[in-house]
Amino acid sequence: MGVEKYLGDSIFATSLSSVANWARKGSLWPYPYGTACCSIEFMSVMCSDFDIARFGAERPSFSPRQADLLLVLGTITYKMAPVLWRVYHTMSEPKWVICVGACASSGGMFDSYAVLQGIDRIIPVDMYVPGCPPRPEMMLDALIKLQKKIQKESLNDPKYQERSDYLQRIFEESDIEVKK
Amino acid sequence: MRHLDSSANTSLLKTIQSEWSGKIIRAEENRNMVVVELDKSQLVALMGYLKDKHGFDMLMDLTAVDFLGKRDIRFEMVYMLFATKNLQRVRVKVPLGEGEKVPSLIDLWKGANWPEREVFDLMGIEFENHPLMERLIMPDGYIGNPLRKDFPLKGRGEDYLIESILLPVKQELKAK
Repeated sequence: MGVEKYLGDSIFATSLSSVANWARKGSLWPYPYGTACCSIEFMSVMCSDFDIARFGAERPSFSPRQADLLLVLGTITYKMAPVLWRVYHTMSEPKWVICVGACASSGGMFDSYAVLQGIDRIIPVDMYVPGCPPRPEMMLDALIKLQKKIQKESLNDPKYQERSDYLQRIFEESDIEVKK
Repeated sequence: MRHLDSSANTSLLKTIQSEWSGKIIRAEENRNMVVVELDKSQLVALMGYLKDKHGFDMLMDLTAVDFLGKRDIRFEMVYMLFATKNLQRVRVKVPLGEGEKVPSLIDLWKGANWPEREVFDLMGIEFENHPLMERLIMPDGYIGNPLRKDFPLKGRGEDYLIESILLPVKQELKAK
């Protein structure tokens, strides 16, 4: 998170991550990336019967810049993959991904020439939800499990640094010429 | 509710058979619709004739069929026309061997642009005089034509695409 460098040597931040994680896990702003029937299921997750607001995620963010949680709800084709990749890399840290449904996790029944066989081929995933489509309770269960995972994270987790270096690294590796 | 005049198909069939005899392969009435089969060299002429003289002003659909292993001539282009004035339909078929090109119908119907690109993308049939003969549905860099019968049903494993489809996005992000 980078807070430590502002504190310097004056404060020994042992419990800082547990406080920050507590705040983060209770205010996850989801970005619903709905491409198929799982997003219909997500609508009922949002509505009062199941009510994702009970877990502090009631504010769907339709701008990736203000989202913490990317919910991939549906089939991702090869044509759609660059859009998803771009949305993920436009989100600012910290960010998590829940991969909802069989299609997003593995291509599902669409074992075909046009469908990406699992979004983990292009972006990292924190939580997979099985089902076609999954029940709303399963999405809430995934959210609760993700909250537990967030609570255990460390602010010094190298993954944050890794991810911020990621774009720089792929630019260097792929040797991309930028058109002007 | 308007209906198709019951004698319209019979009279259209007779007119086509008399005026186009020798230029078409066959013409018949099938399932309440006149079906004309002809060579690709006569296609644009017949389509213009149907549009101007018989009021078939709408190109409903344009597609191709792969008869691999079932017929000597592998492909067949199928055009569905519709006359909005008297609710008449006609089907035009063009048999096509592998690698043969077929003339584009963009001069007659502008709406033929994307269906022809779709056929080019999924079937690999090229159209002459088309302004932009590029893939429409599959991403650029895709290898093969997925609706051909000799294309494997599950694909060939398309993960080679990931690098090329992500490249433009990476370029854009880097430019920022």
